[in-house]
Amino acid sequence: MLPRSLRHACALACLFVWTCTQIGPVFAADAERPSPLRSGIEFTSADVRSLQDDDFQNPGMLWVTRGEELWRVAAGKSGKSCADCHQRAETSMKGVAARYPVYDAAAGDVVNLEGRINLCRTHRQAAKPLVYESENMLALTTYVAHQSRGARVEGAVPTELRASFERGRERYRKRIGQMDLACTHCHQQNWGRTLLAQTISQGHGNAYPAYRLEWQSLGSLQRRLRACYFGVRAEMPPYQSPELLDLEVYLAWRGRGLTIETPGVRR
Amino acid sequence: MGRNPRSLRLVAAVALAAIVAGCAAGVRSASDALDTALTATPGDSARGREVIAGRDGNCLLCHEVPRTGVRFMGNLGPPLAGVGARLTPGQLRLRLVDSKRLNPESIMPSYYRIEGLVQVAAAYRGKTVLSAQQIEDAVAFLVSLR
Ligand code: HEC
Ligand code: HEC
Ligand code: HEC
Repeated sequence: MLPRSLRHACALACLFVWTCTQIGPVFAADAERPSPLRSGIEFTSADVRSLQDDDFQNPGMLWVTRGEELWRVAAGKSGKSCADCHQRAETSMKGVAARYPVYDAAAGDVVNLEGRINLCRTHRQAAKPLVYESENMLALTTYVAHQSRGARVEGAVPTELRASFERGRERYRKRIGQMDLACTHCHQQNWGRTLLAQTISQGHGNAYPAYRLEWQSLGSLQRRLRACYFGVRAEMPPYQSPELLDLEVYLAWRGRGLTIETPGVRR
Repeated sequence: MGRNPRSLRLVAAVALAAIVAGCAAGVRSASDALDTALTATPGDSARGREVIAGRDGNCLLCHEVPRTGVRFMGNLGPPLAGVGARLTPGQLRLRLVDSKRLNPESIMPSYYRIEGLVQVAAAYRGKTVLSAQQIEDAVAFLVSLR
């Protein structure tokens, strides 16, 4: 039989451990999100910021214009354009990008904005899906996401998205590639520090599709993510693979509350 | 607690055992040097500087290193000025070969290890970041930073 004082100590310890297991996830979740939350644009130089801020100079606006044209072009056997069903994008698409990715019951899967546009192409227009990262796909996605510029990323994780979210969260912490680094090592533990000459941001997706000076082109969030895989010398998952979609779900949660900037400009 | 000296002794003994075990484990992981060179050819400091400042080692991503003639350097890791005075050649070698043997949480890549890596791009699969000779050359350069 243990002495009473020791029993008390044990009980206290047990209570402590129990309390920790109860509040643990909350603590962990907070430590997963950078604080204060800051968009990638805040880590770029003044010239990049002014490019993004001025619609006449922002090179990404070319894709917005192109998307606006495509919005009105009939496609597929339906002979319908996006506008025929959705009318004015300024109204119908406002805030949509802030909610994506979503779980689509009909598709039985996670769907990002590009995926949704292709579902409309195949199911509503009876047209061929657009090739991921093609000029037309980028233009339509940028045009649609642009209608949410200024809206806050919602990043909700409803029950149907939970499994995808948890996979994305795990992925974010997994060391990969010859450099043996995880997303979290750069964007959570070391944001604000410099990697050679580049300031590491918190790694949010709120600017995408974005124009990158290094690409001399506009690209999707998944293209940016693949660049990070490349950087750590890891095998890049294909576009629209479950791995990248899960990460998108996790990133939306991690960056919830940030303002959508599409089309963003980045170094 | 003072009312029961025997249980107190027991607790003390258990605590002591735990501390001793912990220290032993600590000493083992802190056997913090690889004193045997990886190659028979001695390291060449000039070539080591190329390894460190160039694309092969890419150390400047994370470290400020003197005498590289490079303007922009990262700061994810500590500056390496004077590292040759702080660490022995064996300690430097271990840090380059596999810094995770010292600190499993380290973000510094392991430059001479292939086991345990996952999802490595095809071009690099089964290859160490640096060759054994490049490690020796880099160590020789770091030793000269005093
Ligand atoms: C070795 C460090 C490193 C690792 C590991 C890394 N990244 Fe990055 N990432 C960068 C750098 C550098 C940039 C470009 C500058 C910036 O915005 O941070 C970047 C940019 C980004 C951006 C764009 C941010 C913006 O506002 O334009 C996102 C999103 C991102 N990373 C996500 C990820 C994800 C997800 C992973 C894991 C699969 C990852 N990164 C792994 C270094 C890293
Ligand atoms: C024949 C009508 C029709 C056409 C044409 C059509 N859509 Fe849709 N779209 C819908 C319907 C209905 C929905 C509601 C969600 C669904 O698919 O079940 C929808 C949903 C969407 C959504 C998601 C809105 C949300 O709130 O989640 C986007 C984005 C979208 N469409 C974009 C487009 C684009 C871009 C085009 C042209 C390439 C297009 N749609 C063409 C009928 C259409
Ligand atoms: C991704 C970032 C990163 C890269 C790349 C990197 N290091 Fe490091 N290095 C670190 C960190 C962080 C530490 C601090 C110790 C730790 O966390 O393991 C460190 C520690 C060291 C130390 C010990 C310094 C001391 O004072 O104790 C040496 C020596 C060193 N690195 C050399 C190198 C060399 C040489 C290279 C290139 C071949 C290199 N590092 C590449 C991040 C990096």
